[in-house]
Amino acid sequence: MSQTPENKKGQVETTGHVWDGDLREYNNPLPRWWLWAFYGTIIFAVVYWILYPSWPYADTYTKGLETVSFTVQDKDGKTSTVTEHWNSRALFNKDMESSPSALAQKEWLAKVKDMSFAQIAANPDTLNFATSMGHALFGDSCAACHGSGGQGVLSQNPDGSYPNLTDNNWIHGDSYEKIVSDITNGIHGSMPAFGALYKGDKLTDLAEYVLSLSHQPGVNEEAANRGKSSFATCAGCHGANGMGNQMIGAPNLTDAVWDFVDVPGAKNIDAKVKLVEGVIDHGLQHQMPKFGERLSPEQIRLLAVYVRQLGGS
Amino acid sequence: MKHESIEINSALLIVLTLVVISIGGLVEIVPLFHIKGTVEKVEGVHPYTPLEQMGRDIYVAEGCYLCHSQMIRPFRDEMLRYGHYSLAAESQYDHPFQWGSKRTGPDLARVGGKYSNEWMTQHLIHPQSLVPESIMPSYPWLMQPLNYGDIADRMKALRDVGVPYSETQAEYDANVKKFGKTLADQFHIPNAIKSVKEEAASQNWDGNPKEITKMDALVSYLQVLGTMVDFSKYNQGYFSKFR
Repeated sequence: MSQTPENKKGQVETTGHVWDGDLREYNNPLPRWWLWAFYGTIIFAVVYWILYPSWPYADTYTKGLETVSFTVQDKDGKTSTVTEHWNSRALFNKDMESSPSALAQKEWLAKVKDMSFAQIAANPDTLNFATSMGHALFGDSCAACHGSGGQGVLSQNPDGSYPNLTDNNWIHGDSYEKIVSDITNGIHGSMPAFGALYKGDKLTDLAEYVLSLSHQPGVNEEAANRGKSSFATCAGCHGANGMGNQMIGAPNLTDAVWDFVDVPGAKNIDAKVKLVEGVIDHGLQHQMPKFGERLSPEQIRLLAVYVRQLGGS
Repeated sequence: MKHESIEINSALLIVLTLVVISIGGLVEIVPLFHIKGTVEKVEGVHPYTPLEQMGRDIYVAEGCYLCHSQMIRPFRDEMLRYGHYSLAAESQYDHPFQWGSKRTGPDLARVGGKYSNEWMTQHLIHPQSLVPESIMPSYPWLMQPLNYGDIADRMKALRDVGVPYSETQAEYDANVKKFGKTLADQFHIPNAIKSVKEEAASQNWDGNPKEITKMDALVSYLQVLGTMVDFSKYNQGYFSKFR
């Protein structure tokens, strides 16, 4: 308690405020370091005003002396260099063009640009690049429906099913070109509803026949035989022997792979018949969005390589 | 005025504190209304249709913004994941905007067209049935009927804050010029109920064609997000002029 007001009286100025009769407030000078830091911020602000966008006036603002240069490409593919005042969008353009990761990616994209799909797949290095980039693109664009590993979703509700991409069973074909066009343009998968045509026993017989194509255990052979003649309607898309048609995306019905309704998950043959009846009755409408506007052609090519190898093709 | 009189008068202190703080806000905000480049000149941005606007109100009411932002920032990683960075012009008819600041779920600024209507519907009813890893809650009540009787009032309220929904013939004609007849018809407040019905019937939004549900409205809103501007019309340098 050596520095009481009593023994410093006269040495340090007080603010003149007095509380409770004898409490006074010193008016000490600010610490030197603090004061200089404060002046420093003022100088910093002035330098900032000169270099970067800051003061608004009329319908514009001071743009600052700093500039950012980047390359732009117009619709005809002509490139030109643009120099813009310092701003986050210009910095972004520069980053997209010349950040280390952008450069690394560009280098690899250039490498695979003129290679055929077969060449990309044959070279372990380019295949590695295609699958790692394809995997990232798949996670962003495809995984929400087809699952993070491409396993799809198979549900008893046909509207809630999304095809498994990891089996080697291709509804729309497995050529690279077809996969690219499906990703670019999207797919509208549609099976008409046949509820008006087949009802009651006729519908059940047809469902039994469809299940007999893939040799489901417990199928009622008699009913299946009766239903065979009705299958003529289905043959237009699924083929006379139910082998399907990749051109129009009609699945093969003779294998045990089910893409749109979880027949294998049904408990017994009656439940399976019910599920198939439901599909024939209501038909199917499946929409895969088009990604041609969302992804670049190069990205879609790499994605096709990734997707195709998921199925083991 | 002596500083002491401010210190000992709390009402005066509050008023003067507010004045000082608002200077900071005004200096930052007011010039944006005068600076020409604040809202980019870009084609294609239009107000929401009545059904989309109903969906937007559900989006706000359900608090979607608490987990989902609608603001793609100009960074390379965001561009690669979500697409072109968001423009001020794209939220010019949003009152209030849904930029958000929290991404528990992904950004939704360009979710329109990324997933099918069936996916959107099923995902909102039960997200884990499609994305097992997801922590998003289920919204099964969105399949309830949509109460769109007050859509005209909602549009009038938005009109008051500057969204060009039309009430008079002159405003309608101006909208035809600006947005084309199809959209102008939908932006005409006397048509509002009819527009909701027509748009709900125009597509199979939620798999239930018999009824206009909240899901119809929300899915139609989600499917238009980020789709209004055709970015292939502009080169990368165009939008950096506006900052």
